[in-house]
Amino acid sequence: MQITAALPVAKMVGANRTVLGNGIVHVVGDAKATPEKEKEVRRKLVEQALSALQSDEK
Amino acid sequence: MRIVHYLNQFFGGLGGEERAGTPLEVREGALGPGKLLEQLLGGDAKVVTTLICGDNHAVENQDAMVADAIEKVRQAEADLFVAGPCFQAGRYGMAAGALCSAVQSKLSIPVITGMADENPGADLYREFLYIVDSGTNAARMREVFMTMANLARKMMSKTPIGSPKEEGYLTRGLIRDQFVEKTAGERLVDMVLAKVKGELFESEMVPTAFAPVPMPPSIKDLTKAKIMLITDGGLVPKGNPDKIQGSVATRWGSYSIDGCDDLKGEDYEISHGGYDPQFVHQDPDRLVPLDVMRQLEKEGVIGELYDEFLSTSGLANPLSNTRRMGREMAAKAKQLGIDAIILTST
Repeated sequence: MQITAALPVAKMVGANRTVLGNGIVHVVGDAKATPEKEKEVRRKLVEQALSALQSDEK
Repeated sequence: MRIVHYLNQFFGGLGGEERAGTPLEVREGALGPGKLLEQLLGGDAKVVTTLICGDNHAVENQDAMVADAIEKVRQAEADLFVAGPCFQAGRYGMAAGALCSAVQSKLSIPVITGMADENPGADLYREFLYIVDSGTNAARMREVFMTMANLARKMMSKTPIGSPKEEGYLTRGLIRDQFVEKTAGERLVDMVLAKVKGELFESEMVPTAFAPVPMPPSIKDLTKAKIMLITDGGLVPKGNPDKIQGSVATRWGSYSIDGCDDLKGEDYEISHGGYDPQFVHQDPDRLVPLDVMRQLEKEGVIGELYDEFLSTSGLANPLSNTRRMGREMAAKAKQLGIDAIILTST
């Protein structure tokens, strides 16, 4: 599956499982957050990704 | 003729990647390339308002930014909306396409933009808009604006617009009725003969570029799954041993994360010219989420994280490269018994 901030492109080329990333420059990060908070953001996105992998919904 | 012109942070004179997060700004009158546009349109053409927005902000907040911009275009009482031209800049093209499309449908005024054929914005919006084929070379700004100006004048005077080739815009995938001398049977035979002889011929209808990708079945037991990480953000080991090109990459690499819990900036570099790499330099886990995946592996949430990540650069990359690389990566994953892939993209 794909994590990206540019979902329209992913959908256009036919990506079936997508998760909205947190921006272009740190798709699974957050430069404005504290290191601890950022890890939480990353974990949440990865968990969404893993959920998508276990789902048959587009 | 009242014109509103949209520019990104670079053409709007604010700066480069470091200003890509700039929200929508409004300026009175023409700015930068807009002045040339005014000149070429001539007559009473006047750029009354210029809208500038950072490329990252435009992609990350598209709906809100477009709604805001529509209001500004409405307030300016524009007769024409122009975006770009964007050349090869993908985020810029996406924003320009989204804006033109929305202005056209909500305000019913002529809209025009320009992009290279491979710009992601082109494929997203070519069916809905006249997108002038700008090519990739921004030094051709003047010629591109001339083509845009011609098309704009035709749209405003409701003059019928010719074929993509004649008028210089990207093919829209539209079918036009036309009377021709030869019957379809004759034209078909001519094409087949040309093809067999290895001569050039022009297809009357080109099939769409993206065939639907069948959805692989979902993972039934994540705790037993072997997962691989891939990125197109151009993260490579320091020294770029496989010399992966930052733009139009033809190569991809496979890099060991065996025994690694956390990616360190000093061990990597970024070969990708399309985004500000400073945040990923500080912590590459912001692009390839190794630290979190390792945690999940240790906790038993996933079965196994494959001990390499695959990487290339997606910047300005034509399908001829990316399709091939995708197939090669998929073949490797299949051979290794990978159950699922997480692809992180900038």
